[in-house]
Amino acid sequence: MHAGIIFLLVIIGSILFHIFTPWYWTDIASNWKGMDDTITLTFWVGGGVFVAVCLFMIYCVFRYQHKEGRRAEYKPEDKKLEKILTWATTLGVAALLAPGLIIWNQYVNVPKNAIEVDVMAWQWGWQYRLPGKDGKLGTTQVRNIADNNPFGINPDDPFGKDDIMVESDVINLENNRPVKILLRSVDVLHNWYVPQFRAKMDAVPGTVTFYWFEPNKVGEYEVLCAEYCGVGHYAMRGGVEVQDKADYEAWLGEQETFEQLSARYEKLNVDGNKLAKK
Amino acid sequence: MSDEYDNNKSYQAQSSEVMDGSTGSVNPDIDYVRPSEVGEQELYHPHSFIEKWVFCQDAKVIGVQYFLTAVFTGVVGLILSWLMRLQLGFPELAGFMTAEHYYQFVTMHGMIMVVYFLTALFLGGFGNYLIPLMVGARDMVFPYVNMLSFWMFFVAVAVLMASFFVPGGPTGAGWTLYPPQTILEGTPGSGMGILLMLISLSLFVIGFTMGGLNYMITILQARTRGMTLMRMPLTVWGIFTATVLAMLAFPALLVSAIMMTLDKVLQTSFFMPTILKAGEVLEYGGGSPILFQHLFWFFGHPEVYIVALPAFGIVSDLISVHARKNIFGYRMMVWAIVGIGALSFFVWAHHMYVSGMNPWFGFFFATTTLIIAVPTAMKVYNWILTLWRGNIRINVVMLWCLGFIVTFVNGGITGIFLGNVSVDVPLSDTYFVIAHFHMVMGIAPLMVIMGAVYHWFPLVAGKMLDEGLGKWHFWITFLGAYSIYFPMHYLGFIGVPRRYFEMYDSPYMTSAVGMNEFISIAAFIVGAAQFILIFNIIKTLKTGKKAEQNPWKANSLEWYTSTVPPEHGNFGDRLPVVHRWPYDFSVPGAKEDYIPQTTAPSEVIHTEVEKT
Repeated sequence: MHAGIIFLLVIIGSILFHIFTPWYWTDIASNWKGMDDTITLTFWVGGGVFVAVCLFMIYCVFRYQHKEGRRAEYKPEDKKLEKILTWATTLGVAALLAPGLIIWNQYVNVPKNAIEVDVMAWQWGWQYRLPGKDGKLGTTQVRNIADNNPFGINPDDPFGKDDIMVESDVINLENNRPVKILLRSVDVLHNWYVPQFRAKMDAVPGTVTFYWFEPNKVGEYEVLCAEYCGVGHYAMRGGVEVQDKADYEAWLGEQETFEQLSARYEKLNVDGNKLAKK
Repeated sequence: MSDEYDNNKSYQAQSSEVMDGSTGSVNPDIDYVRPSEVGEQELYHPHSFIEKWVFCQDAKVIGVQYFLTAVFTGVVGLILSWLMRLQLGFPELAGFMTAEHYYQFVTMHGMIMVVYFLTALFLGGFGNYLIPLMVGARDMVFPYVNMLSFWMFFVAVAVLMASFFVPGGPTGAGWTLYPPQTILEGTPGSGMGILLMLISLSLFVIGFTMGGLNYMITILQARTRGMTLMRMPLTVWGIFTATVLAMLAFPALLVSAIMMTLDKVLQTSFFMPTILKAGEVLEYGGGSPILFQHLFWFFGHPEVYIVALPAFGIVSDLISVHARKNIFGYRMMVWAIVGIGALSFFVWAHHMYVSGMNPWFGFFFATTTLIIAVPTAMKVYNWILTLWRGNIRINVVMLWCLGFIVTFVNGGITGIFLGNVSVDVPLSDTYFVIAHFHMVMGIAPLMVIMGAVYHWFPLVAGKMLDEGLGKWHFWITFLGAYSIYFPMHYLGFIGVPRRYFEMYDSPYMTSAVGMNEFISIAAFIVGAAQFILIFNIIKTLKTGKKAEQNPWKANSLEWYTSTVPPEHGNFGDRLPVVHRWPYDFSVPGAKEDYIPQTTAPSEVIHTEVEKT
């Protein structure tokens, strides 16, 4: 069979695959629809260029197949054509870059009303902390981490006392309220990623990283680790539950503050000591 | 050893050649070529079997040695990829494989294919074989150092392979070797395995520097008379620019390997912050994991172009020869290669958009990354415009070139997704990335390597590879590889992360079970198809048709050696004198449809050639 026909079938097959694919995005559940839209735009422009270049190549293969005695054209350069192609490409690239940068600008500027969620990662699990009534998270240090202080909150920091400790690998979020995810890790790189939210960022030991999104669909979601973190990487899962305001506040009321947690451990210790004395 | 010269056989510069520009042809004015400024290089000829085939100083033998060693590592990499695909497609059949094994295979596959296979093959293999032949030199300028370069590479490969057999096995840190996990328990091979990897990489860089200096200086200083820079084949331009990139980029890898070795062995904290492991605070503090990523990608991104630029150059030459047409826009092609090379040092952090570096970097690196798309696109246009109004031989070599164009454009376009910072956020660390980089820097360069093997085999071995077997090899490889990586992008859209040992316990991932099985089967077939080439080579060497000199009717100097295959010294008694670029195909007024670079203007007086 003629090579051109097979190449043509490959291109047609690619287009059909894209149209009829059963594998595509999960339903978006956050404000980052702009990312999806930019992907779609890039698909149209990039896919168009791909198809055009390949079809032109296939046309040449059919039209200019070798014949003894025929001569190819001798034309080393065509300045005008090269200029047109350069500018057209530059324009196309700029048209794709512009929305990309606009959305990135939103991504790196966190809205003022965003609620902070402190995500702590380790090999291999997740844990969460929310600011208490004062709206501020207490400062932390890896060296302070202990059973009674899983985040390593500085005991002297007044902002830390009312921090809400979520003792679960599932975090609840309020629907339609922006969240700023603060990421920290105690050992290696991790990445707190929910495909439906589209957004992600690495957790890096030694520093605190962040990103934000606004969940807009009530439901339960799975958290995946998206940065290789050793043999347990593929099994490092967590969860998110997006709830309406009322449900969320009810859940929030059930959570323990750092102060309560410390008191509980102290009591445990005291009881333990008493038991030991008896 | 090297002060012993065989004077009978060394090529003494002839005074007339040095002093007098005209070589006695009919019209000295139009045939004038500037005399060479230096005398000819004296060569050390081998005296024994070992000097001829083992510790050999002939760049052509060194090229073949590099090629074979790289192919050996490539086969190891291929087998590792089979094991990975077995686990991903048919986990029930891969019961022997633990997560540790899987991550070790992933890591070794990546590192082998990028560094020890592709880089060594393009620069060490094709670079050594083709540079002296194509620029009209008798050999590399420092043949002894060149020999050391190969043996350093050989030791690096041996150390790398040894890591499979040490306690704990090879490193399973991912080919990017990101700290802190690379040197901590919880990552396979964090003991001896990672140490051997770092040592092997350091040896590779040292060996490669010896070779790289040779390639650069040979191209700059040892070109024959008349071979101006703008008359060099694009293959040489591609390899030259890639070598310059390698000389600047590999030191970043070397320093990061050394620093990480110190972190591992002496508990320094270049890349290690305070770490809590199993309830205990380790003796590290204050280091920056992100610093390593900057160093790694400062090497890693140019590395992509160290592989891509030689492929760009070679494919340009193959397309031109087999389309019987000059490469379209030669000067644009040269400047695009140089421009892409320069720009490649300003885009590294596009691998790190979601790494936790200062997010404001994103604006800069997205812009530089998309700028690089412009010269790259120009190259693609020029390849297809070279086909346009050509006289295209649809042979095996051309098929690989066409396959390259399809896969490279496909992978290039998905690069625009990933380079465009906010589009990268949902796609990074997913299978989309795997599909992208395999298409653009795995399959596309491999297509060029295969095309180059079929193209230059008659020169290297003096025999023609079998076309029929070649076509089977091409179609299975192209269609198979395309059906591996094209659907794989869609796994990334679903959101399946990379480097997952198992992926079947999330609802949106289970939908892809069928696709994973399909991809795995395709991968087994494509891998097996590569043995068609090995069979073809063995068969051809035994019973193949003898190649005539210059079977493709090409113009560049490697086809105009005194013997086929070329002997040590390449060009017999006299070096060729170059009068034109290598792309004078189908020139109006010429008798044949090609004019060799050595043809003087007075010999083709009735042609209308461009002044090059």
